[in-house]
Amino acid sequence: MKYYSYYPGCSAEATASPLGISVLPVAKALDMELAELEDWNCCGSTPYWSVDKLEAAAMAARNLALAEKTGLDLVTPCSNCFVVLHLANNHFKELPRFKEKVDEALAAAKLKYSGGVRVRHLVEVLYTDITPEGIGAKVTKPLKELKVASYYGCQLVRPDGFDDPECPHSLDEIVTSLGAEAVSWEMKARCCGSSLVMPEPDVALELINKILRNAQENGAQCLITPCPLCQINLDAYQSVVNSKFKTKYNLPVLFATQLIGVALGIPADDLALSGNIVSPMRVLAPYL
Amino acid sequence: MAETMVKAPDVEVSFMDEVCSIPGGEAIHSCIQCGMCTGSCPTASKWDYPPRKAIAMVRAGLRQELLSSNSMWFCASCYTCTVRCPRDIKPADIMHALEILAIRSGLSTKRNRTPVMYKCFVDSARSNGRVYELGMMLKLFLKTNPFSALKLAPVGLGLFLHKRLPLRPTRIKGIGELKAILDKARALGGAK
Repeated sequence: MKYYSYYPGCSAEATASPLGISVLPVAKALDMELAELEDWNCCGSTPYWSVDKLEAAAMAARNLALAEKTGLDLVTPCSNCFVVLHLANNHFKELPRFKEKVDEALAAAKLKYSGGVRVRHLVEVLYTDITPEGIGAKVTKPLKELKVASYYGCQLVRPDGFDDPECPHSLDEIVTSLGAEAVSWEMKARCCGSSLVMPEPDVALELINKILRNAQENGAQCLITPCPLCQINLDAYQSVVNSKFKTKYNLPVLFATQLIGVALGIPADDLALSGNIVSPMRVLAPYL
Repeated sequence: MAETMVKAPDVEVSFMDEVCSIPGGEAIHSCIQCGMCTGSCPTASKWDYPPRKAIAMVRAGLRQELLSSNSMWFCASCYTCTVRCPRDIKPADIMHALEILAIRSGLSTKRNRTPVMYKCFVDSARSNGRVYELGMMLKLFLKTNPFSALKLAPVGLGLFLHKRLPLRPTRIKGIGELKAILDKARALGGAK
């Protein structure tokens, strides 16, 4: 059994609930104990960092201070939470004066953070600690002949990811370990427009269209992604893309943990497969 | 544009210091204007002044023009520029610094709704300790163009029907504690 402190992030409990739901049975099946960080708050997130850095860093610091008490690595399944908590940690190491101010803010709630928490993305933990071989050894329903395009998005691999920032391979290796076929495609780590989809939909829809087209042209039957924002953009906005660009995509976009769960023989309900807007049931039927 | 940049008035040279005062902004000194950032940016074609030019404008002291532009608001934080920059200056961090300065100085553009969305997001995170996505989206549309919400209504409905859009916010137990931390951070000069 491996032990971690777990930080779900706000989206995993709402717009990305299939992620939050599917992480838990998958972790259990892979002998990972994820102890949810008690009373965690918003990570600070990119919008907050673009309004006020000190406040955003203080927000991240409360989580890090709470996590430090557990003595465990802090694992999050959300790519944006990962980047924000990780960058906050870096700021604290590199900018002593900035850290002093954050310390003073934390002291207002009698909290202290000495900088000792290692922030990790769930995909990195699955790849490094559990390993594709370890996952493969637990597969009971090999996903034979299923063509899966791994969409890494941005913040899992940039700016300081564990994988190649331009041509990552970790998720592809995990897909292969599940018995499925990893689709080779160019857009696997290109930007989907993230939250720009709300204020500037036209900009994001263009990027989403390029990603879906590239996946389809390379024969993908479905996509997987670890990121809440990427999943919403590619899944929930797929019908909007179809009407805007006169396309006919019908590509299920699963959270990586949902696909892993299917191969591990976890029931569909426990993986919230009904939560995906483009239903994955047709392509997954042979394995359920 | 190039001519204006050369003739930038001396009174505005402090724009560079302003940018450098924000963590991540100081690396701007190392920029060699190679254009890798602009060439790598997935949204650069929409920017009034794409990343390379925006950096040149900071150096030229063109504060008003740049901070009131739509430029940095198109940064989706994909960090492609950051991993490719041959001078390690992290252009995305500089864009975030410009966003902070634009909001702080009241110059942020009204042509792009991103500044309003960011503020709605911060309000949501501050009041509950967690982001309430539905509330934030509704506030954004009410504050900008309520009719544009109709276009995206099917997306919201889809998320709701798939149990992905809770109708109530979650508030953390330690909200008082968090507010004390954030108020202290604000008092320490976060807003300056």
